[in-house]
Amino acid sequence: MKELVTLFLTFARIGGMTFGGGYAMLPMLQRDIVEKHHWATEEELMDYYAIGQCTPGIIAVNTATFIGHKQRGLIGALFATFGIVFPSWVIIMIIATFISNFTDLAIVQNAFAGIQVCVCVLILNAVLRLFKKSAVDAVTGLLFAAISLLSVFTNLSPVLFVIFAGLFGILVRCLGRKNVK
Amino acid sequence: MILYFELFLEFFKIGLFSIGGGLATLPFLQDYAARTGLITEADIANMIAISESTPGPIGVNSATYFGYQLGGISGSIFAVLGLVAPSVIIIILVSRILQKFKSNSYVDAAFYGLRPASTALIAAAGIGVARITLLDETLYHLTGSLSELFRWKHILLAVLLFFLIKKTNKHPVVYLAGSAVVGILFHFAGV
Repeated sequence: MKELVTLFLTFARIGGMTFGGGYAMLPMLQRDIVEKHHWATEEELMDYYAIGQCTPGIIAVNTATFIGHKQRGLIGALFATFGIVFPSWVIIMIIATFISNFTDLAIVQNAFAGIQVCVCVLILNAVLRLFKKSAVDAVTGLLFAAISLLSVFTNLSPVLFVIFAGLFGILVRCLGRKNVK
Repeated sequence: MILYFELFLEFFKIGLFSIGGGLATLPFLQDYAARTGLITEADIANMIAISESTPGPIGVNSATYFGYQLGGISGSIFAVLGLVAPSVIIIILVSRILQKFKSNSYVDAAFYGLRPASTALIAAAGIGVARITLLDETLYHLTGSLSELFRWKHILLAVLLFFLIKKTNKHPVVYLAGSAVVGILFHFAGV
């Protein structure tokens, strides 16, 4: 029971601090899930994000479900998922009930503009860390460069990139093994 | 009761078909608005503005917001449950399969390619956020002067944060809170 409560509280804390969706959640996951609780490795986080990209649903929810399920099975998945949605639910209800002109408030706009700068830097840091663990050789380095450029400059769906990269990985690894033999 | 069931089903559909993050839910909401007339385009715009300046995934925020507007507290609960149900079901299945095939060499090889791709997609999303946060492209197009393209205050804060995080390595929430205060003190939104 104690671990379930910890799962709920940890994900509630992350949900309450994530401004701007699944990607903004990554620095928090690295800190709380990887470093503090050791519930997943950085590599596993990347796997969850890759799967989250091409399966239905919200990436933040997908990632929470994954980690909760890995930790404590079905019930763990439910606790982690309720944790990640709980703060949003409470906050939006409060705003919808009491503050009709929430987004017109100057203090909200200015605070959020500052937070957004911070989110950029946090994502950059998270990417630098993941880059070291995912671009492990020339092939993966090139794959990273190609997909970054393509997804910045084209409107191709992330699903395509994920499927291609998975097949590419199998192809390179299996051909490589044959050459070694 | 029928309303709650409808909300659950509507958001279940949104959860099931929006692949790849919160903003992918928007076309579905617009379709729902057009079909039922229960919510308007203005409601949707208002909801996006609120979602973007409150924590949490945008999909969850929108489910709560519309569920609450249409069916009160219970409405918001049913909408959120509908939204997350497909994720939970599908991810638990995927997770089970992965645990079974963990040591399979093909799965391992697929992840060898997936990890850099995953990192690249996150990097691209970060660049997208940085572009709208650190640059002012509308002002640049209006004036044509290159120095108007850069939001200098924002860039200065970003550089400071980058080195501060390297040096102090505190929990991300510390930097987020600090940036909110800086944003308020120096009128980062220009209001």
